[in-house]
Amino acid sequence: MSKQPAPLSVQRWTPLSVAATLAIAGLMIALAFTPLFASAEVIDRLTTLFIYIILAIMWNALAGYGGLVSVGQQAFFGLGAYAAIRLSYWGVPVYPALILGALLAGAVALPLSVFALRLKGGEFAIGMWVVAELAHLLVNLDGLIQGETGTSLIALNAFSPDHRRADNYWLALAAMAVAAAVVFALLRGRLGVSVQAIRDNEEAAASIGVRVLGGKRVIFILSAIGCAMAGTLWLATSITFEPKTYFSVQWSAYMIFMALVGGLGTFEGPILGAILFFLMESLFGATGVWYLVGLGAAAVVFSLFLPQGLWGFIENRFTWRFLPIGYHLRLPEED
Amino acid sequence: MIWVSQILQGVLLGGYYALIACGLSFMFGVMRIINLAHGDLAVLAGFLVWFIAGQTGINPFLALALVIPLMAALGWVLQRTMLERSLRAGELVPLLSTFGLAIVIENLLFEQFGADTRSLAPYIGGLSYDSLTIGGQIYLSYLGIIIFAVAVAILGGLHFFLGHTNLGRAIRATAEDIDTAELVGINSRAVYAAAAAIALATVAVGGAALGMRATFAPYAGPAQLIFAFEAVVIGGLGSLWGTLAGGIALGVAQNIGATINTHGFLIAGHVVFLAFLALRPFLTSLNAKGRIKALLRRAA
Repeated sequence: MSKQPAPLSVQRWTPLSVAATLAIAGLMIALAFTPLFASAEVIDRLTTLFIYIILAIMWNALAGYGGLVSVGQQAFFGLGAYAAIRLSYWGVPVYPALILGALLAGAVALPLSVFALRLKGGEFAIGMWVVAELAHLLVNLDGLIQGETGTSLIALNAFSPDHRRADNYWLALAAMAVAAAVVFALLRGRLGVSVQAIRDNEEAAASIGVRVLGGKRVIFILSAIGCAMAGTLWLATSITFEPKTYFSVQWSAYMIFMALVGGLGTFEGPILGAILFFLMESLFGATGVWYLVGLGAAAVVFSLFLPQGLWGFIENRFTWRFLPIGYHLRLPEED
Repeated sequence: MIWVSQILQGVLLGGYYALIACGLSFMFGVMRIINLAHGDLAVLAGFLVWFIAGQTGINPFLALALVIPLMAALGWVLQRTMLERSLRAGELVPLLSTFGLAIVIENLLFEQFGADTRSLAPYIGGLSYDSLTIGGQIYLSYLGIIIFAVAVAILGGLHFFLGHTNLGRAIRATAEDIDTAELVGINSRAVYAAAAAIALATVAVGGAALGMRATFAPYAGPAQLIFAFEAVVIGGLGSLWGTLAGGIALGVAQNIGATINTHGFLIAGHVVFLAFLALRPFLTSLNAKGRIKALLRRAA
């Protein structure tokens, strides 16, 4: 009598991912209390890091999972900051204006998605870039912004610098946690599976009943809101709004670098990429041009030789899965 | 009268856009790559012409004759070292690697030449401002007319080359179906490298045109890429004569926009491009006759 092959079991949580999730929860609690004792500089730097992580997560959600490479996410970064300034000018209290501004800028993505998501590959990439350029030109027309001169979020001056620094930090930390949690929840669920199917082969996915447009739209709007939130947080830390800086394609370069080097299409990768980017900027940012040459060169090298990024490499090499997003097939124990 | 003049200026500007776009269109048509470093490569060519003309004192047209083979060689090398590998890795990787290349090129140019804006106009004497007068009211610059003519000549030349030469046929066969082309003995790697070299040779001409008709600076590349891309898309991706039509549509839209409002030049161009993208599905369904023709051709 032939022995039946033992059935495979599907496992989502592994001991490692349970430990890692607990460690992350612990880290978040520690980070929440950091402003109570850390120096002003540390708080400012960490706030910047959180903004980078938000950008990296959002660009990765779009490109790494949705298969949509955008060179125009700075559109939302800039529109978020602009909306916050407008709302604050109209009398909305400044911190709610930052959050509401991000949501409003994200709302722009809904009508935009109708035509943007019909574009594929390079058409989408540059189409979004044109959207960002157009958004920049139109924001310049608003008298409040004074063209390229820009303006400031003066309402923030009502808070003392220390107070403001801590508030910005907590808002950035919370935004980062929410962004990561939302992307995590989406990717772990049905949507995650469907958008990855779309990324890998849109026609095949559609043929087995995946709602292609719906899945892409959710990711597109989510990414827009996230990038806009990063923009309003950037505004909160720098106070000044110069359209040229906010709508610069350099943000796309940063996002691509972080997601690509960390690991496109992995959850942990872009976070690692953002931390690396942050460290590189701290170490070499002062060298200016050469630093940017290095970022570009790294993007070339990683896309050619290590397209799965550092985290993808680590995952494949050591089969570490810190967070329970995927599925693991396990053979039952032999007796 | 101002409208006629603006539209004619737009047509000439469209010639420049078509010239800068034809390499992008050609590369996309053959290799299905959208090269995000396209604009920066054109600016690089502009700097090379400017540098050679400035250092040796030779005529910039002669300098361009030196830069064309240089850029073609660069195209060959890029294809062999970078694009070939990106192409194998899927649809998104070429976007990422060429975007990285764009950042490298523009920052190296900045490192080498600084932030100053440059122009080739001082080297071409009266050609930079002489113009043809029509009816005493419309001025068409000779340079604009030359650039338009060069664009038509290059597009026509590429068209003839693809249709009537062995290498052209090999390129079309490879673009159509790379595996079948290989089966009948075409070396697709060599064909792609040749196509990239041709594309960058046209980019050299486009970069020189940029330097002669206006000023440029190290970070001028992305704007050129966007204009070129808008021309290519409006004209129909991968269609060479369409690129000329797209360039003209963009140039005319920008000039009409500028006549309406001082900020209107760029806005009108982008709006027309995005409106075109939004309406394209309806336009293609209107074009049912063309589709039926294509079906019949396929059936035959």
